[in-house]
Amino acid sequence: MSIVIGKQALVTAAPGSAAQTRFEKNRATREPVWVKRIILGLGLTFFTIFLLMPLLAVFVEALRKGLDVYWQALRDPDAIAAIKLTLLTAVIAVPLNLVFGIAAAWSIAKFDFRGKQLLITLIDLPFSVSPVIVGLMYVLVFGASGWFGSWLIENDIKIIFAVPGIVLATIFVTFPFIARELIPLMQAQGREEEEAAVVLGARGWQVFWYVTLPNIKWGLLYGVILCNARAMGEFGAVSVVSGHIRGLTNTMPLHVEILYNEYQFAAAFAVASLLAILAVFTLVIKSWVEYRTHKLGH
Amino acid sequence: MSIQVNNLHKEFGNFTALNDISLDFPAGELVALLGPSGCGKTTLLRIIAGLEQADRGSVILEGEDASDTHVRERQVGFVFQHYALFKHMTVFDNVAFGLRMRPKATRPTETQIKEKVMSLLQLVQLDWLADRFPAQLSGGQRQRIALARALAVEPRVLLLDEPFGALDAKVRKELRRWLRKLHDELHITSIFVTHDQEEALEVADRVVLMDHGKVEQVGTPEEVYNHPATPFVYGFLGSVNLFHGRIEQDSLRVGDDELPHQQQDLPAGADVFAFARPHELDIITDPNATDGIAAIVDRILSFGNTARVELDGANGASGQHFEVVVPVVELQNLQLVRGQQVRLRPAKLKLFERHGDQHG
Repeated sequence: MSIVIGKQALVTAAPGSAAQTRFEKNRATREPVWVKRIILGLGLTFFTIFLLMPLLAVFVEALRKGLDVYWQALRDPDAIAAIKLTLLTAVIAVPLNLVFGIAAAWSIAKFDFRGKQLLITLIDLPFSVSPVIVGLMYVLVFGASGWFGSWLIENDIKIIFAVPGIVLATIFVTFPFIARELIPLMQAQGREEEEAAVVLGARGWQVFWYVTLPNIKWGLLYGVILCNARAMGEFGAVSVVSGHIRGLTNTMPLHVEILYNEYQFAAAFAVASLLAILAVFTLVIKSWVEYRTHKLGH
Repeated sequence: MSIQVNNLHKEFGNFTALNDISLDFPAGELVALLGPSGCGKTTLLRIIAGLEQADRGSVILEGEDASDTHVRERQVGFVFQHYALFKHMTVFDNVAFGLRMRPKATRPTETQIKEKVMSLLQLVQLDWLADRFPAQLSGGQRQRIALARALAVEPRVLLLDEPFGALDAKVRKELRRWLRKLHDELHITSIFVTHDQEEALEVADRVVLMDHGKVEQVGTPEEVYNHPATPFVYGFLGSVNLFHGRIEQDSLRVGDDELPHQQQDLPAGADVFAFARPHELDIITDPNATDGIAAIVDRILSFGNTARVELDGANGASGQHFEVVVPVVELQNLQLVRGQQVRLRPAKLKLFERHGDQHG
């Protein structure tokens, strides 16, 4: 009995997952086996039916008519244009949101000012508004009959049904990812290290580069990955402002929809498989970042 | 370098952190800012460092008004309660940080930096930890590294915010003595904030006692301990017994009992607080005695050389609690038992007149 008590004392001292394993091994705290099996079974069944099967279906459907058709679908000029536009959108939207996200998180975590709560709420707005509404908002503001419509036409600037509209809508929809990842992180870290750096004579950018950035880099990378995934996969908002002009304003998700509506299932799934590969790839990097953050945390 | 602060005033919302504070810190001294939490001591320290801006008043460093000088330019060293070491840098890089951040024109070469950092690490006796990361160090080691880092930029003053507050009792005591020794070697003007009276009295040349944003008393540890200027100081420095009473001619009436006192400056009829330290009370067991005030023994705690006797007031002073410290030898002579009625006679009594809504 005394040995068991000795182990118990260790349980409280052990951090994180080790404690969970002990919790599991200890007869006093363990749930009956059947409870564990049912819960695990439910989780795995759900995972298989709703997540794993659709993912596999994408690849099965894509390759149903053979590799030739698959390659053909990807080499189609419209498909290539869609891939290029998707990449372009992400290349513009992600760095911009990186800057906006850091700026917003920095100001919220490190300064006290009026309207701070309002700013936090506003950052969440893109998550709470339906993407279709976001698209409509842009049409109302920049569209031909919108607020700035006539001025834009006079100056020959096209935003709606053109690439700028797609980029704007994507930026809006993906804005919260980086900011929301950084705000709790920076709030938890507080200002002490930055204060120490300033007292030691560091200038503003030195403080940011040598102290703040190294402290948030894993959280930042995590936010960038999520932001990128959404930027490439966004459908609703982009669909409204794009105008679906083939080879010009179609992103990959829109191209998939068009192919699907034209009953070119194999081609639709081929392009979709690219997005799926991207998603899986993102998840792998995300897990790696999580693993690194976790390891550094201890 | 000498530091002066004049009429500093600082409010956070409707909480007054500093209420018109003026103080003088002569060059080369080690001064403790002592007070309960929320008394404004940390705010004062941060204003001197430049990390906080006062609403009114000025900070004078070496005779020059530094109120609008940027933190960077003030050349102060600051040590934080929770160390604030850069987690992602090694101990060496932490200490080297201040030197490396200098503009190119005044930045030492890497060889000079290395020399300087290693000599500082030797000073804090941790040169063997240069390649470790802060997470691999103990609390006491971290705070010594934080101190080395602050000293690396050759500050004109050293400000320490509860430097030992996060450490356990044993390490605290060790570092306390070490800090005093270090100060005797370096003679750098230093101010440290603490809520631990023992720490302040033991380490500092002078102690500044603060409460509710006001300075209560300034003096050497002996002065403030032996001649407390206000009831707050008396109560804050060590444990005390407090009697509420009224002056009657040449005695003090507490409940139904009378106590003699030596303070002539108080008018008859005045409401007073009377203080006596636990070792300044004598326990009289003779049932026929009439001097002193009546009390009933509640608990006797004896370990070490001295024993502590806790008593409850009796005879109109009920509801009051007293604490008496006696040598263990004497306790054996007294033969006290729980519930026994005794009388307490103060060998020394310090009186403060009670004003309005004050309470002890």
